[in-house]
Amino acid sequence: MDGTPATIGDDTWEVAGRRFRSRLIVGTGRYKSLEETAAAIEASGAEIVTVAVRRVNLSDPNAPMLQDFVSPKRYTYLPNTAGCHTANDAVRTLRLAREAGGWNLVKLEVLGPPPFLYPDMEGTLEAAKALIADGFEVMVYCADDPVAAKKLEDLGCVAIMPLGAPIGSGLGLTNPFMIRAIKQQAKVPVLVDAGIGTASDAAKAMELGCDAVLLNSAIAHAKDPVRMAVAMKAAVEAGRNAFLAGRMPVNYQADASSPMAGLIR
Amino acid sequence: MRPAGLRPPPGFATFRASMTQHIAVTVNGETRDMAAGDTVAALLRAIGLDSRKVAVERNEEIVPRSTYDSVALAPGDRLEIVHFIGGG
Repeated sequence: MDGTPATIGDDTWEVAGRRFRSRLIVGTGRYKSLEETAAAIEASGAEIVTVAVRRVNLSDPNAPMLQDFVSPKRYTYLPNTAGCHTANDAVRTLRLAREAGGWNLVKLEVLGPPPFLYPDMEGTLEAAKALIADGFEVMVYCADDPVAAKKLEDLGCVAIMPLGAPIGSGLGLTNPFMIRAIKQQAKVPVLVDAGIGTASDAAKAMELGCDAVLLNSAIAHAKDPVRMAVAMKAAVEAGRNAFLAGRMPVNYQADASSPMAGLIR
Repeated sequence: MRPAGLRPPPGFATFRASMTQHIAVTVNGETRDMAAGDTVAALLRAIGLDSRKVAVERNEEIVPRSTYDSVALAPGDRLEIVHFIGGG
């Protein structure tokens, strides 16, 4: 029996003119080894991976590089500005990334101080403006703030990526109502970025109607990262299908599934 | 192998080295001695880096890869050499 609706296979999404099938973007950080990074990313089915830009280790120039394990020919590299707390640092970092790889599509994040590393929206808006003027296509990490999200979209950001919860916290979606509100007003893709802790969190984000989910620690810090990558892939697909299917209404009383007719007496 | 009679006199190498002008530049926060006239390409070679896998910023300006052979280092230059690593 052919029980698969044709639309499932065609359910792609597009950002900055590039079309993707996987709705899961994964980070490449915090793994035990580059081998484990490669295995987990493969299992996740992701087509886009985020990468950081850092100084090379001058005393060990022959150390293995990420590119040797996670090929930029196979995966779309999305350079980030993790660790940047000012607009200037973020812009410098992404200009270097563009020179290193030739990619215009980037992930901007300008962070506030610990312990929350909450997005600094003033710095983020300033950096987004400068990057867009310089020809970048900016996917932007932002607060779960529909006003700021709208400003970023109006500046020309190609995707809006509100946090589910602080980076690396694994708290899940702490403000699902605002994530949904941001999605409903946006004309560009909306992704939940940061905070996902386990598969159900990713499914929940997709059920809210988000276009994709971006996560790293939830896989990298699982006891078995490869298995969690498999779980995340399935969760994102399940959440997406549930969203497209349209969930049943919530009732506050029972509504029996079995017919009442024909009960034995 | 050079015939013994044509060898430079003892001490010549030291003498020649003393004639080469050295400049100090900062690379990823570390001070480094380079010869005057050395280019960005020479710096990458001296460190042992594959120029295709890194990007270079000099005094907060990108050095395009196509110009590594022609951009000469100047005393006091602040260089950042970066590459991609794992990140979220």
